[in-house]
Amino acid sequence: MIVAKRKPLEQIEAMLEGFEKILIVGCGTCVAVCMAGGEKEVELLAAELRMRSKLQGRPRTIDEMTVTRQCDKEYLDQLAKYVADYDAILSTGCGAGVQFLAERYDDKIVLPALNTLFIGVAEGPGVWSQRCTACSECILDQTGGICPMTICAKNLLNGPCGGTNHGKCEVDGQKDCAWTLIYRRLEKLGRLDLLEKIQPPKNYGAMTKPGRFTHEAFQQAEHREE
Amino acid sequence: MSEAKPAAPFEPKVVAYCCTYCAYTAGDLAGSMRLEYAPNVRVVKILCTGKIDAILLLRAFEDGADAVYVAGCALGDCHFQEGNLRAIQTVAYAKKLLAETGLEPERLEFFHVPASAGPLFAQRADEMTDRARKLGPNPLRGTARQPAGGKLAREPDPHPPLPPAKLGKLVRATER
Repeated sequence: MIVAKRKPLEQIEAMLEGFEKILIVGCGTCVAVCMAGGEKEVELLAAELRMRSKLQGRPRTIDEMTVTRQCDKEYLDQLAKYVADYDAILSTGCGAGVQFLAERYDDKIVLPALNTLFIGVAEGPGVWSQRCTACSECILDQTGGICPMTICAKNLLNGPCGGTNHGKCEVDGQKDCAWTLIYRRLEKLGRLDLLEKIQPPKNYGAMTKPGRFTHEAFQQAEHREE
Repeated sequence: MSEAKPAAPFEPKVVAYCCTYCAYTAGDLAGSMRLEYAPNVRVVKILCTGKIDAILLLRAFEDGADAVYVAGCALGDCHFQEGNLRAIQTVAYAKKLLAETGLEPERLEFFHVPASAGPLFAQRADEMTDRARKLGPNPLRGTARQPAGGKLAREPDPHPPLPPAKLGKLVRATER
């Protein structure tokens, strides 16, 4: 899941300066689960902004609408009949959602209400941690299901560096050393032999931005049309 | 708002979200004991304070309440194990949101009021009313009824995931 957090209210207010009719568009997928931009969070943000504008004596209309996903055109189309009435759209989607919304309604000002953090998991109520860097070439089969590309500060693929310190990382003493975790996991699984295998140099070219991908099933369809 | 002195003295509006198992029962007990407490308190009975959401608290202020409190069970006494613990967290979060918005966070509070504590219920009601008096009226009260937007009504889904069933409907044995 993509994890994000809301920008400070002051920053959102600064972006909204001068707009009188604002539509807040929520996203009901990842950011709803990480309690940053779902229907409930949109309600809270809208209530806060409405109260602020009344406290400051500036009349402002703030409406709310939450779509299932902001990264699919079909869901953004649902907003078509409303957006014309607004001066600005404040999106509580992740960075991808904000951009897709801005692309779909390119005559409108679309503003981000969140800072997108990472692809991660829920460690407990209200706590998330990063697990994947989207490196395009997964090697979790070799590392006991622990990603050195994400957990290791140096992205090392062939064992720890000299800075591993009793299972902690030299970069940040609070963080675990990925390779200690991997060793312990492989030991538990009885697969320490995997450590003897040398990982070839990583193809960082596969991580070149911006990524684009067409599903094979659809590649064939494109081919037939030509 | 005008600076002219109001004709009537300021009477705060206080909303109390009370847990049905403890604070609400304590309120009943306070009544049975013929205890007098501030009539400014509007009690909202809820099944568990764990049900309280930050938006409920913010809406109360948006609608002009001068003070809001959530009254739940004593620690370890929640009927649903941890509802009051969740409410404490929610109220703390809502206080931060209030401060961010520009309202005094002291207008919001969480209290533990066990079911047997009729006098404590009355005391808390008075305490919160006094606090609202000291803080003065909620600046949003005057504009509470002015429209400022809200949730847009959602269109019915033109492509529902499942069409209404025509065949294979369940029929009760008695209707057969």
